[in-house]
Amino acid sequence: MWEKVKSFASEFFVTGDPLIYGADVSIALTLIALVSVLTYFKKWKWLWKEWLTTVDHKKIGIMYILSAFLMLFRGGVDALLMRLQLAVPELDFLLPDHYNQIFTTHGVIMILFMAMPFMFGLFNVMVPLQIGARDVAYPFLNALSFWLFFFGAMLFNLSFVIGGSPDAGWLAYPPYSELMYNPGPGQDFYIWGIQISGIGSLMTGINFIATILKMRAPGMKLMKMPMFSWSVLSSCIAIIFSFPILTATLALLFLDRYGGAHFFTLDGGGNPMMYINLIWMWGHPEVYIIVLPAFGIFSEIVATFSKKKLFGYKSMVYAMMIISLLSFLVWAHHFFTMGTGANVNAFFALTTMLIAIPTGAKVFNWLFTMFRGKITFETPMLWTIGFIPCFVTGGLTGVLLSVAPADFQFHNSYFLVAHFHHVIIGGVVFGYFAGLYYWWPKMFGFKLNERIGKWAFWFWNIGFYLCFMPQYVLGLMGMTRRVFSYGWDKGWGDLNLVSTIGAFLMGIAFLFQVWQIAHGVKHRKDNLDKTGDPWKHGRTLEWSIASPAPHYNFAVLPQVTEQDEWWEEKLRKKQGQFVPAAPKKLEPIHMPRNSGIPIIISAFFFVAGFGFVFHWTWFIIAGLAGVAACMVAHSFNYDTDYYIPVDEIERTEAESRVTN
Amino acid sequence: MKLSKVSKRMAAVLMPILLLLTTGCTKNIVVLDPKGPIAEQQMDLMIVSLILSCIVIVPVLVMTAIIIWRYREREGRQAAYTPRWEHSTRLEVVWWGIPIIVILILAVITVKGTYALEPSKPLESAEKPITVQVTSLNWKWLFQYPEQGIATVNELKIPEGVPVRFEITADSPMNSFWIPQLGGQMYAMSGMAMTLYLQADEVGEYWGSGANFTGTHFSDMYFDVESMTRDRFDDWVAGIKETSSALTLEGYKQLVEPSTSAVQTFSSFPEGLFEMTVTKYGASHNHGLSWEQAKKFQFEE
Ligand code: HEM
Ligand SMILES: [Cu+2]
Ligand SMILES: [Cu+2]
Repeated sequence: MWEKVKSFASEFFVTGDPLIYGADVSIALTLIALVSVLTYFKKWKWLWKEWLTTVDHKKIGIMYILSAFLMLFRGGVDALLMRLQLAVPELDFLLPDHYNQIFTTHGVIMILFMAMPFMFGLFNVMVPLQIGARDVAYPFLNALSFWLFFFGAMLFNLSFVIGGSPDAGWLAYPPYSELMYNPGPGQDFYIWGIQISGIGSLMTGINFIATILKMRAPGMKLMKMPMFSWSVLSSCIAIIFSFPILTATLALLFLDRYGGAHFFTLDGGGNPMMYINLIWMWGHPEVYIIVLPAFGIFSEIVATFSKKKLFGYKSMVYAMMIISLLSFLVWAHHFFTMGTGANVNAFFALTTMLIAIPTGAKVFNWLFTMFRGKITFETPMLWTIGFIPCFVTGGLTGVLLSVAPADFQFHNSYFLVAHFHHVIIGGVVFGYFAGLYYWWPKMFGFKLNERIGKWAFWFWNIGFYLCFMPQYVLGLMGMTRRVFSYGWDKGWGDLNLVSTIGAFLMGIAFLFQVWQIAHGVKHRKDNLDKTGDPWKHGRTLEWSIASPAPHYNFAVLPQVTEQDEWWEEKLRKKQGQFVPAAPKKLEPIHMPRNSGIPIIISAFFFVAGFGFVFHWTWFIIAGLAGVAACMVAHSFNYDTDYYIPVDEIERTEAESRVTN
Repeated sequence: MKLSKVSKRMAAVLMPILLLLTTGCTKNIVVLDPKGPIAEQQMDLMIVSLILSCIVIVPVLVMTAIIIWRYREREGRQAAYTPRWEHSTRLEVVWWGIPIIVILILAVITVKGTYALEPSKPLESAEKPITVQVTSLNWKWLFQYPEQGIATVNELKIPEGVPVRFEITADSPMNSFWIPQLGGQMYAMSGMAMTLYLQADEVGEYWGSGANFTGTHFSDMYFDVESMTRDRFDDWVAGIKETSSALTLEGYKQLVEPSTSAVQTFSSFPEGLFEMTVTKYGASHNHGLSWEQAKKFQFEE
C-alpha cells in the first residue's frame, strides 16, 4: 500500500528539483497564512459576500487586476530565472528541460494570464463609468468570465508542481506538442488551462460589445464616446472573431492527444502546418487585442495631462477599427520561412506593412495633442511619454521584420524576441500601468505616492532598454530564440550579461510598484481623493462622480451633449454659463444580486479540466455533472435582482459628497 | 539588388545607431557580415528598409522631444496654448500621406525581393550546383551528398563559389535550418522536402544551427560549415570515401534515436534514404522537391 502511494505521488507530484520544492513550500505557506488570517479576523463571510460572489463590475475589475499582478510576479520570476541561465555562456543553473518549461509557462502566463486579465480588469473598472452606465450588460456573465479565467489560470499554474509543466512553447507547435514527443500531462494542462479561461475571454468580448453599444448614457452618440471605450470596442470585436479559432484549434489538438485523431500529425493524413496557420489566425489578432486598449488609455491620458482635446479623434477611431480588421489578414508573417511560396509571402508582407500606416497616424495624433498643450508629468503621463519613443522604434523593427525576404534572417532569432518584447512591454504593459496609475484614485479613493511611482518608472525604462536592445544585436549575431545555453566561442556573453542586468532592473522596478501600493494603502487617509477628479483635469464621465464610485455608479444617469462631457461642464461652470438642470428626482435603482454560482461552476470546470489532464474519468464526470447542476440551479433562481431605495441613495450620495 | 555607395555609407552611419550597444567585435555580427549572395542581398534589404523607416521615425523622435520640452507647463511660458484645437485636415493628410508613400516604396522593394530571393529559385551561376540533403534529427543534423555518395553528421563542407541546393526535411519535430552568414533559414518539416539555394563566395569557416525549437537538446544543434576550394573539397570527399565506414539502415535508425552527436562521416549511405525519410509519414505535399524522383522510389524495410 505504502509503495503504491509513493509511486503515485512521485508521478503525480513533480519532485527532485529544489525550485519545485520551494514552490511547494511557498504554496503551502501562502495557503496556511491566508486561511489563518481570514479565520482570525473572521473575514470568511465578508470575503464570500463582498468579493467571491460579487457581480459588481468594479470589484470584478479589481480582482482581475490583482490576479494579473500575481501572474506578473510569477511570469517575472520565470523571466529572471531564464535570464540568469543565459547571463554567462555554458552556465549550469537550469537543466534544459526545466528551461524549456520555464519559457513556455512564461510566455503563456504573460500573454494569457497577465496581459489579458489586466486588460479585462481595466475594461471592467472603467468602461461603465466612462459611458455613464450603471453596470455592464450581463453582470452575472461577467462574474462567470472572471472565475473561468481565474480557475483556468490556476489549472495551468498547478502544472508546475503537479504532473509537470508544458514545454512546447507558448503556441505549442505540433508535432512537438503531440503525444509522441510530449507524452506527459504538461501539454494537457496547457490545453485545458487556456481553454477554460478562453471561454471567459470570449464572453467578456461579447459582454463589452453589448455594454458599449447598448448602455451608453443618453446623448452619448458613438462619435462622442471616450477613446478608451472605443479602443475596448475594437479590441472586443477582434476577440469575438479570434477566440473561437483558438478554442477550435486547441480542441483539435486535444482530440489528437486524447482520442488518437490525426488532425496535426502526418501519419494519418493530418498536417502540422494547419495548426500553425490556425494558431496564428488567433495569435496575431491577439497581440492587437491587448495593445488596442493601451492605445485608448494613452489617448485619454495624453489629453488630460496636456489639458487639451485629443487631436484627430475621428482618425483615431478609424485607425483602431482598421487595425482591428487588418490584424486578421497578416498571420502568415509568422512563418515566411515555411515555404509557402513567393505569392503568399508577398501578400502577407504587404498586409503587415499596411498596419504600420494607421499605427503611425495614431502616434502623430498623440504628438499633436501635446502640441500647444500644457503638459505636466504625473506618473500616468510619464508612462505615456515613455511609451511613444519605445513604440515608435518597436514599430520600426516590426516593419523590418515584415520585409519577407529579410525576415528569413530575423525569424526565430533574438531579433524577433527583442521586437515583440519591445512592442508588448513598451506598448501593452506600459499602457496598462499608465491606466492603473491614472484610474487608481477612482478605483480605491486614494492617490498613490508619486515619488515611488517615478522611481518605478525609471527603473522599468532603463531596465527595459538595457534588457532588449542588446537582444537585437544578439539576433544579428545568429543567436536563436529558446536556446538554453550557448558556447564561449560565439561571443554572445557580454551582451547577454547586459541583457540580464536590464532584466533585474525591471525586477527591482516591480518591487518599487509593490512598495508604492503598500505605502499607498498605509497612508491612504492622508491621500484621500475627496473631489472625485484627482488629476483636476479629468475630461470624461468617470471623474464626475465620487471616488471610489458608489456601487450603483451614477445616482442619476448623466445627460451627454459633447465629447469630453465632464471637461466641458467644468468649463461652463467656470465661465458662469452653467445652467444646472432642475435637479432630477432620484428613483430607486435596479441592481443585480450577488451569486455564488459563477465561482462554483468555474470550480467544477476546473475539476473537469483536471480530470481531462490526468485522464481520470470520474473526475471528468463529477466536474461536468457539477457544471450541469449549477446551470440547472441558476435557471431556477428567480431572485436575481433588487432595487436600491431612494433614501439609501441619498445617504450614500451625502456621505461621498463630491465637492466641486 | 545592389546598393549605391551613398546609401551604403548612410547605412554605415545608421546601423551603429540602432545597434547602440555593440561591443566592438563587429565580426561576430554574422548577419551583417555576409559571405554569400543570398545573405548579402538580405542584408541590403535590411539596410534599405531601415533607411526608409528612419525617414519617418527620426523626425518623429525629434518632434516628440521638442514638443514635450516646449509645451511643458511652467512659469512664464511663452508658447501658445489652444485647448480646443483638435483637427486639421491638412496635417492629417500629411501624416497619413507620408507613411503611405514610404510604405508604398517599401512594398515595391519587398515584393521584388520576395520573388528574387524565393529560396527554391536556383542561383545564377556558371557552376553546376551541388545538392546536399539535410535531415534534422533529434538532436543532430544529417547531411547527405547524393552526387558524392557520402554523408556527414553535424559537419557541412561545401565548395566555394558553387551554388548549393539544399533539400531539407526532418525526422523529428519541426526545425529550421540556418547558416546566418550564407543566408536566411528554411523550416525543416517531416513529410516534406523544402528547397533552399545558398552559396559561399569565399573560402572560410562559418556555422549553422537549428532555429526552431525541438526539445531537450535543441541548443546543441550547431554545426560547422566550411567552404573550400573545389580541389580541397574533392580531396575531402575522396578521404571520406577511403577512411570512413558506410551508413547502414541500421546505423540510420540509431541516428534517429534522440541523442546528441559528435561529428561523424560516412563513405556511403543507403540509396534513397532521404526520400524514405520524407515519405515515411505519408507525405501530403511538397515544397519544391521533384516528386517524380521521390515517387519512383520504394524503400523496402
Ligand atoms: C508596426 C507594427 C508591427 C509590425 C509591422 C510587426 C511585424 C511583425 C512580424 C513580421 C513578426 C513575425 C516575425 C518573425 O516571426 O520572424 C512579428 C512578430 C511578433 N509581433 Fe509584431 N509587428 C508590429 C507590431 C506589433 C505589436 C503592436 C505587437 C504586440 C502588441 C506585436 C507582437 C508581436 C509578437 C508577440 C510577435 C512574435 C510572436 C512569436 O513568434 O512568438 N507586434 N511582428
Ligand atoms: Cu503577427
Ligand atoms: Cu510544409
